[in-house]
Amino acid sequence: MNVLAHLSDIVIPILIFFIVGYGFVSKVKVYETFLKGAKDGLKIVVDIVPTLIGLLVAVGMLRASGFFDMLGTLLGPVTTAIGLPAQLMPLLVVKLFSSSAATGLVLDVFRTSGPDSYAGMLTSILMSCTETVFYTMSVYFLAAKVTKTRYTLTGALLATLAGTVASVVLTKWMV
Amino acid sequence: MLNAIWAVMILMAVIYGSLTGHMSTVTDAALDSAGEAISLCITMAGVVALWMGLMEIAQKAGLIEKLTRGIAPFLKYMFPRIPAKHPAREYIATNIIANVLGLGWACTPAGLKAMEELAKLEAERGNPEYLESGGSLTEDSGSTGQKAGTKNYDSSYKGKNSAYPQKAGKRGADIGKQRWEDAVKNRRASNEMCTFLILNISSLQLIPVNMIAYRAQYGSANPTAIIVPAIAATLFSSFVAVVYCKLKDHGKGRGKEV
Repeated sequence: MNVLAHLSDIVIPILIFFIVGYGFVSKVKVYETFLKGAKDGLKIVVDIVPTLIGLLVAVGMLRASGFFDMLGTLLGPVTTAIGLPAQLMPLLVVKLFSSSAATGLVLDVFRTSGPDSYAGMLTSILMSCTETVFYTMSVYFLAAKVTKTRYTLTGALLATLAGTVASVVLTKWMV
Repeated sequence: MLNAIWAVMILMAVIYGSLTGHMSTVTDAALDSAGEAISLCITMAGVVALWMGLMEIAQKAGLIEKLTRGIAPFLKYMFPRIPAKHPAREYIATNIIANVLGLGWACTPAGLKAMEELAKLEAERGNPEYLESGGSLTEDSGSTGQKAGTKNYDSSYKGKNSAYPQKAGKRGADIGKQRWEDAVKNRRASNEMCTFLILNISSLQLIPVNMIAYRAQYGSANPTAIIVPAIAATLFSSFVAVVYCKLKDHGKGRGKEV
């Protein structure tokens, strides 16, 4: 593999070493604390089980109906020229609205192309670098009762575009 | 939002499947996907539990608090006009750190509180759109000892008030009820809100925990290979966000036109 993958290999062990070491030195009961956090983590996963079932079923049905293939043949020639496999087009759009719906599409890419393929790597990086634009904006602005969002949308879309471009460049370099 | 997306996906699948004669594969896909979701959750459960366990230690050891305080200079740079001790700063810091560490549960509540505090800040500044009623300004600014802050920002916001011609000068205290309701209905985001949300959406994330779990589930040879490139990509998107926000914040709304 290459440098980025090697660097990635050492991040998790170092992080675990640092957190556990720091906790131990500051006299935290590390093991008991870990157990409590892990239990909370399990609860989080249990909460998202229904969501995942609902979305995986929807995306699975859509894939089986042949709709994605149709979209692929339609958009393929245009998008592959700029480094985006046609397969990723639905994902790029849905990602702006809902991250859980996007998750369903991500898993579809992993299932059909494999997580280490070009499309798989690109998807992985893409999904790790920006949040859902419209969902975040609607929830947060509702809290402040704001209706005129001014330059937020432009900025958010610009950041998303930047993240997408960076992902394509990095994936091309890696795969 | 999700209601519409989900319904469209399901309906389209059935319609398109029936047109192309793929009904039996659609049936299989529906049943298989449901089972697949469960096996996916089992893989995820391990990874997420591990991460949350580590984060609990980090929390107890005061690491997260330290990080939150550590980004104060960055916040000062991004939000120069939020007074130093204003609660909005604290919530924004918590939200950013929770984002970086992938603590979804801690992220949204802090973010929503930050938005509420930013709305209060606007009220303290005398922005008529944010006043709860004609005269609530004094209550608001008196309660948490931010009078000094309020005073400082009055002067810089006078110009801003003049962007609302009908209420110019008097800090909105004399708007009639109807006018006040109109103003609130058309509430405009403050510069701080725009900046905060753009930063939030460009989400700096250290370890994409979920994505690693998904990759592991689908047989990746090296699920964590994406960590560093993901950090690079997120740094770039956040950098673009910072530059854009700074340009916008300087160009407009600095006590002038909004």
